[in-house]
Amino acid sequence: MSSLHLSETSSPAEAPTGIAADPRIALLRRRFRGFAFPMTAAFLLWYLTYVVLCAYARDFMARAVFGHLNVALLLGLGQFATTFGIALAFSRYASRRLDPLADALRTELDGKAAR
Amino acid sequence: MTSIIVIFSLFVALTLGITVRASRRTRSAEDFYAGGRSFTPLQNGIAIGGDYMSAASFLGIAGIIALSGYDGFLYSIGFLVAWLLALLLVAGPLRNAGRFTMADALTARLRERPVRTASGISTIVVSIFYLIAQMVGAASVVSLLLDVKSDAAKIWVIVAVGALMIFYVAVGGMKGTTWVQIVKAVLLMVGAAVMCVLVLARFHFDLGELLGAAADKSGKGASFLRPGLKYGATDGWSRLDLISLGLALVLGTAGLPHILVRFYTVPTAQAARKSVNWAIAIIGVFYLMTLVLGFGAAALVGSAAIKKADPSGNSAATRLAEVLGGGHGTGGGSFMLAFIGAVAFATILAVVAGLTLTSTSSFAHDLYANVIKRGKVGGQEETKVAKWSAVVVGAAAVALSISARELNVAFLVALAFAIAASANLPAILFSLFWRRFNTRGALWGTYGGLGAAVLLVLLSPVCWGGATTTKPSTKLTPETAATCGVPVKSTAVGNATALFSCTVKAPFPLENPGLVSIPVGFVAAAIGTLTARRRPEEDQAFDELEVRTLTGAGAV
Repeated sequence: MSSLHLSETSSPAEAPTGIAADPRIALLRRRFRGFAFPMTAAFLLWYLTYVVLCAYARDFMARAVFGHLNVALLLGLGQFATTFGIALAFSRYASRRLDPLADALRTELDGKAAR
Repeated sequence: MTSIIVIFSLFVALTLGITVRASRRTRSAEDFYAGGRSFTPLQNGIAIGGDYMSAASFLGIAGIIALSGYDGFLYSIGFLVAWLLALLLVAGPLRNAGRFTMADALTARLRERPVRTASGISTIVVSIFYLIAQMVGAASVVSLLLDVKSDAAKIWVIVAVGALMIFYVAVGGMKGTTWVQIVKAVLLMVGAAVMCVLVLARFHFDLGELLGAAADKSGKGASFLRPGLKYGATDGWSRLDLISLGLALVLGTAGLPHILVRFYTVPTAQAARKSVNWAIAIIGVFYLMTLVLGFGAAALVGSAAIKKADPSGNSAATRLAEVLGGGHGTGGGSFMLAFIGAVAFATILAVVAGLTLTSTSSFAHDLYANVIKRGKVGGQEETKVAKWSAVVVGAAAVALSISARELNVAFLVALAFAIAASANLPAILFSLFWRRFNTRGALWGTYGGLGAAVLLVLLSPVCWGGATTTKPSTKLTPETAATCGVPVKSTAVGNATALFSCTVKAPFPLENPGLVSIPVGFVAAAIGTLTARRRPEEDQAFDELEVRTLTGAGAV
């Protein structure tokens, strides 16, 4: 089971070659990950905070804001609002910063492949 | 009773017609598995809604809200927020990476046979569990609506639902199934919207008045509007159980195979992303409406009356419909009851068709064509095999559902989400974004997550119902006491519908395995990856796949 020894087996990572090394691919990757990864972390953190509050901060959640509307209902509706907001923000970002670059690269690459 | 049958027959006739029409335009494997990739983002978004909004989320969530107030809302929030993960990380890249199934996207860079086998098995397990929950649920919904309690009626309902879903899938393929889901989603949204307006009208379109009336009529007062009546109500374990449930809901959706295959029915990654945006809008509005319906049912029907009709609360929406139409025995009341009942049937049919199609695809495309026949199957032959697989898979689901008809299978939906998050999600995310990831990582993650989730449920209070501080003893009826084999006054039973024993205490205290099994899946995938030798050709395979997922170049 020599393959279980990390030190022996990890050969250094190969650098990308060919089209994968194109700076425009790197740019597209950076733009995509730069939005999608932090946004995923943010919404997961916000959702988990909400669930933890539901489980452990019940007095806080029960506080009235106005009338029958309490913190729990407000935060729950807030989850809906942020979900709609993030979806909208991502589709705007994608059509401005991702799609034009991806389309240009695809046309170029598929053209090359067809030739 | 008669109007419900008339309305439902109309739906069945309409969907059968659509299916036959779709079958004329279904020739290639592309047509059968992916609807010819010809749907628009709006059509696909509506169909995703139709695939996702099950009877469990319509009748179930409205029922939990009507009985336990705020805690039902927790479910709908998890179900909705989960779509952000699908939108941000999965929909577009997966569309570019794969062809027909989840395994297609993984084997784009990983070793064909072992990974396809693992991912095919996981797909079929998740889909069949979900399917059994839906079909057994269908049987109890029907007996509730038509007021027939006999065992034979339940069996006939399961057989009829099974026959219809097999027809939709085997004849109409993805095109037929998609249209059934679109029709159902429109019906469901219209039905829920009508009820919503009627509920709000009763309270002068004042949400505060509705909330106040719901809290009053629930018999629980202000605590009805706060978390804690259903989840995390006893000791520390039950609070962790709530977190475990939340985690599985939010991470499960993006790993549900019947959702993933829907991304292949549109031409491009951009279209897949736009479908998810439509789905988020539709599903979000729907869950906001279930909130009004649930609170409306509590306010207008009363929690006690709902619980008396069915302890799970599943009858809340239908009872509410009857009241909104003018009450029991009136023409308007029975029409509304019939209409909402028919919508519930349509909902069940569309969801089971989507699940059957997904397990059929994995059976025919992953296991048969690529693992057993090693890809040496022609497109025409594969379509034919797929159609027969639909019959086999559907028949198996019917048989399993009939034998499980008396069991409390509601937990299977939560289990399906937990498996999707524990077994499928690590493989999908690592495969799309981690260059170092490899075949061993995918296998360890898939089997590790699947095994952990199933094992923990087998050790949980779902299977062992003995009373503990987490699950305190429940009041027994003469029937449940007889089933459990204890005296009615016994305090040893915490969960009278436990699968294996009502009195043996569960070795694992959580009902939802996600809190443990999801980390197990991710860690197993990471350890498997890091202990396998790094190969330059695997890095290269990832680089090629990444160019494809980012740009769509070379995607089918």
